[in-house]
Amino acid sequence: MSNIVSRLKRKKIEEILETGRRMDGRGLEEYRPFEINKKYLEKVEGSAEVKLGKTHVVVGVKADIGHPFEDTPDQGVLMVNAEFTPVAHSTWEPGPPPDAAVELARVVDRGLRSAEILNLEELGLISGEKVYLIFVDLFVLNYDGNLIDACSAGALAALKTAEIPEFKVKKGKLEKTDKQVKLDLESQPIAITYVKIGDYFIMDPTADEEEVMDGRITVTIDQKGNVTTLQKAGPVGFTFEEVQKCINSAEEKAAEIRAIAVES
Amino acid sequence: MSKRKKSKKWKRIDGRKADEMRSPLTIESGIIPNADGSAYIEMGRNRIIAAVYGPREMHPKRLSKPNRGILRCRYHMAPFSVDPRRSPAPSRRDTEISMVMADALEPALFLERYPRSVIDVYVEIIQADGGTRCASINAAAVALADAGIPMRDLVASCASGKFDGKLILDLGDYEDKKGDADVPVAFMPKLEDITLLQMDGILTPKETLECVQLAIEGCKQVYEVQKEALKKKYGLDEEAEEGEEELEEEENEEEEE
Repeated sequence: MSNIVSRLKRKKIEEILETGRRMDGRGLEEYRPFEINKKYLEKVEGSAEVKLGKTHVVVGVKADIGHPFEDTPDQGVLMVNAEFTPVAHSTWEPGPPPDAAVELARVVDRGLRSAEILNLEELGLISGEKVYLIFVDLFVLNYDGNLIDACSAGALAALKTAEIPEFKVKKGKLEKTDKQVKLDLESQPIAITYVKIGDYFIMDPTADEEEVMDGRITVTIDQKGNVTTLQKAGPVGFTFEEVQKCINSAEEKAAEIRAIAVES
Repeated sequence: MSKRKKSKKWKRIDGRKADEMRSPLTIESGIIPNADGSAYIEMGRNRIIAAVYGPREMHPKRLSKPNRGILRCRYHMAPFSVDPRRSPAPSRRDTEISMVMADALEPALFLERYPRSVIDVYVEIIQADGGTRCASINAAAVALADAGIPMRDLVASCASGKFDGKLILDLGDYEDKKGDADVPVAFMPKLEDITLLQMDGILTPKETLECVQLAIEGCKQVYEVQKEALKKKYGLDEEAEEGEEELEEEENEEEEE
């Protein structure tokens, strides 16, 4: 928030927040229309198109066979990657991923991983040699804020509908069968982000609101109501009471979004 | 027939109580002569060096901001700090930790006082033993104060988590990897502000909040060690005034000499 435009923006946004509304007329905790279009693409194992207001993301799941990590020879590999494509925003450029893209990938990745969404043992094939690699790619096509919530729901939807080619081990060798198998999801984590602007907490921030925010807290919650990931960001502190409020109120919203992500 | 009673007293893998910090927990400030401020921390078997350069002119210039300074953090692990050896190139994890470290430390600083400038905080992990991000923040906060940079408060950091069904403080490497959850927290005790909050694992909302509270208690213990480290460098008696403001003023004077 260094330039004059964002300082003016901040002033305006705060003024409107005082009236209990947002720039686009929403209430403080109201999400924009949230649409998830499952099985969006044909040539991938799993996919989802997510539209959250003007934020537009495509999530692709690809499966492959490869080497396991040295310290987990019997486990498959789950990898999340986020791409900020230059089509998505005037300030986004081609090149290595910016820190925000790394954070997005990490927060979504940690959300899926700590919720143990996939049983990685089951994705092991030949110990120390061959395992399934599951790639989740978050591809941002238009950026208008709240990528974490959009991508986390999109990743869940894409994994939920994914069908990967089946491999069988015969006499120590891998053989591809003709079948496609669904991934067994063990949990359904959903990320919910709270943004702090001055004294106000809002949900589902737009790009303008994210530009002027003081900080945010993301709470990832699974279908049992357990917290699986927390992430605080931004150059301010939060009081314990504020953290408490975010954690305690996330479950309800997460249930609504989960319904959109998993319904067929 | 076991001779011992079954539940004699539950102890952690290294014999600690649930709410007991690792030892050693020591911080030494001013150990890098070339840096404007520096600190060395031993927290359990973590050995970490933090150095502060700045406030100084920002390079490259296009990254500078006309109305305020920037806090730039770099968290880096030595290839030999973990087993097996890791590549010295920064991983995505390192990038994320660098980011959250800057977010954890920035609330303590008055960056609006340094337009067009940068404060660089470099952290090198020499030996890693779980909870490196917390230990790094602890060292970095002391290094910032050691550099004579005015601060609202020191930032103290500590993790809590769940292992073996119990909520525990200051996780070691094994507890970190095999445990059910890990909740790193950074806290400014005077302002009662949480400046770092992450969590990975599976906890109920109630447990999560208990973990945050437990970690805050840990942060308060770290805070005392941080203050001692700064007092020791300037030869202040232990009975010397407790106020951090006074302490910082004295540091500023020393810096100017």
